[in-house]
Amino acid sequence: MKILVCISHVPDTTSKINFTEGDTKFDINGVQFVINPNDEFGLTRAMWFKEKQGASVDVVNVGGVETEPTLRKALAIGADAAIRVNTQATDGFSVAKELAKVVSEGGYDLVIAGRESIDYNGGMVPGMLAGLTNSNFVANCIGLEVDGTNAKAVREIDGGKETVSTALPLVIGGQKGLVEESDLRIPNMRGIMMARKKPLTVLEPAETGVKTKAISFEKPAPKGAVKLVDADNIDELVSLLHNEAKVI
Amino acid sequence: MSIIVYTESENGKFKKAALEVVSYAKSIADQMGSSVTAVVVNADDLESLGNYGASKVLSIKNDALNTFNAKTYASAIEQAAKQEAANVIVVSTSADSKYLAPLLAVGLEAGYVSNVIEAPSSLSPFTVKHTAFTNKAFANTEISTDIKIVGLSNNSFGLVESGGNASIEDFSPSLPESGVNVESVDKATDKVSIADAETVVSGGRGLKGPENWGMIEELAEVLGAATACSKPVSDLGWRPHSEHVGQTGKPVASNLYIAIGISGAIQHLAGINSSKVKVVINTDAEAPFFKAADYGVVGDAFEVVPKLIEKLKAFKAANA
Ligand SMILES: Cc1cc2nc3c(=O)[nH]c(=O)nc-3n(C[C@H](O)[C@H](O)[C@H](O)COP(=O)(O)OP(=O)(O)OC[C@H]3O[C@@H](n4cnc5c(N)ncnc54)[C@H](O)[C@@H]3O)c2cc1C
Repeated sequence: MKILVCISHVPDTTSKINFTEGDTKFDINGVQFVINPNDEFGLTRAMWFKEKQGASVDVVNVGGVETEPTLRKALAIGADAAIRVNTQATDGFSVAKELAKVVSEGGYDLVIAGRESIDYNGGMVPGMLAGLTNSNFVANCIGLEVDGTNAKAVREIDGGKETVSTALPLVIGGQKGLVEESDLRIPNMRGIMMARKKPLTVLEPAETGVKTKAISFEKPAPKGAVKLVDADNIDELVSLLHNEAKVI
Repeated sequence: MSIIVYTESENGKFKKAALEVVSYAKSIADQMGSSVTAVVVNADDLESLGNYGASKVLSIKNDALNTFNAKTYASAIEQAAKQEAANVIVVSTSADSKYLAPLLAVGLEAGYVSNVIEAPSSLSPFTVKHTAFTNKAFANTEISTDIKIVGLSNNSFGLVESGGNASIEDFSPSLPESGVNVESVDKATDKVSIADAETVVSGGRGLKGPENWGMIEELAEVLGAATACSKPVSDLGWRPHSEHVGQTGKPVASNLYIAIGISGAIQHLAGINSSKVKVVINTDAEAPFFKAADYGVVGDAFEVVPKLIEKLKAFKAANA
């Protein structure tokens, strides 16, 4: 089985979010970039397929040269080869189109993407990629087994979960649940050394045409201080929720 | 020119989010001087959509659509959009709508923006505001394609009754092979789901164990709320993963979020920032959640929550 794991290069969760150039650009100053958490679950599941069922695992990112350390980290975790499509990821559709080209040319059976990346949270790349490559698609995937060309997947739905059967070629939007968090891997010294020798191919982008464009950013207005209510005066809380906040 | 909305229903009844997307679409239609057509699948009570601004309903009745399937549903909406020459398509941000919207975008070569929280600030260029950076910021995004798909965040626009009437037409799209077959669904049907809930009562590790969730459920029941939890709580198996809120869990956009025994770590806050009113109950006055909250009680959940339940019951009885 040939697996491709899509890796998004995102600001670490604890990063302070700021904008520059008149609030038109994300400020990368002092921001630490990591493998998108949803993709990390998928990468670890791919490692499981590789080790338990025999699969090759490539990782791919659409982005500039600055994303290469993130791809090297994925190689250090155990991916066999990395691909970078050399263009700035500006909107979900164009990223999906670049990825679709990699998928079609590479002949992948299973593509594991993350449910959403924690920067733009669009949650659209996996579905668009499935649509563009005419693959089956499972969103919010929290469990995946593959037997030959058949797959069984579990999808999180509002208020529960759903088990589905489908077939390869398959694209999933994966998340926590695909593997236990305790199974997530941290690159070790040997992995890091080996990653240096693994191939990282740079592909030039196709002419795709962007459909959406973020033109400016805003931060939420600063919040007023919390109103504290005495633990012995819960009547006051009920009254505030009714009269002031008007939520009950 | 027309606007299409996909209105979700469950057991034949429209979800609140469905009425919200119709209300939202109506506001765009008024600005554009056009009208709203709702696409519905196996739902009854179709007339009710008129009250929220739909002037036409395309009603699909087909037993093959009894279980949700993203590809077939996306194809049905795509056919409706083509028939109506739609320029704007509005869907919600439920798990199902987010599942089908990217497929629909590919089918129609349409630009799609999800997690939208307001009516468009401009129609030309078509510009919408949506959450980004896991709720730490907002982005204003232009959609440049002829057909635009907007994914509206639940509870962000509200319901607006306009008292109109909708004409109803049967619609029979041709359904493609689904490719993904639902084998089983495991869902608590008697409970409000986090995505739909106007109020969410959430418990953290401060509750000490699953045996203490009785009071969380009771509080939720009094408020007609959904129950939720922090990540360690679902990791420990005290509560199902579907209740886990935050960056790696579910987002919550409720009107009221009550956090009990939750520290307010940044990854948790990321999931609830778009909730409107936040109440925190925590023993630790230094818990970071107090910085994000509107109302706070520094106190022991095991004393405060039973009192709150009692007071709310009295409030409800008095205001019934
Ligand atoms: C990449 C990443 C992603 C993550 N994603 C998420 C996510 O999606 N969602 C999430 O929730 N977390 C997430 N986390 C974990 C997050 O950082 C915190 O560890 C977690 O939110 C803490 O949960 P908690 O507040 O329930 O537990 P604790 O940190 O143990 O806090 C419990 C709180 O309860 C209070 N308390 C104790 N006893 C009582 C009592 N009797 N009455 C009242 N209060 C009491 C304490 O004062 C404390 O503030 C993520 C972490 C990482 C690194």
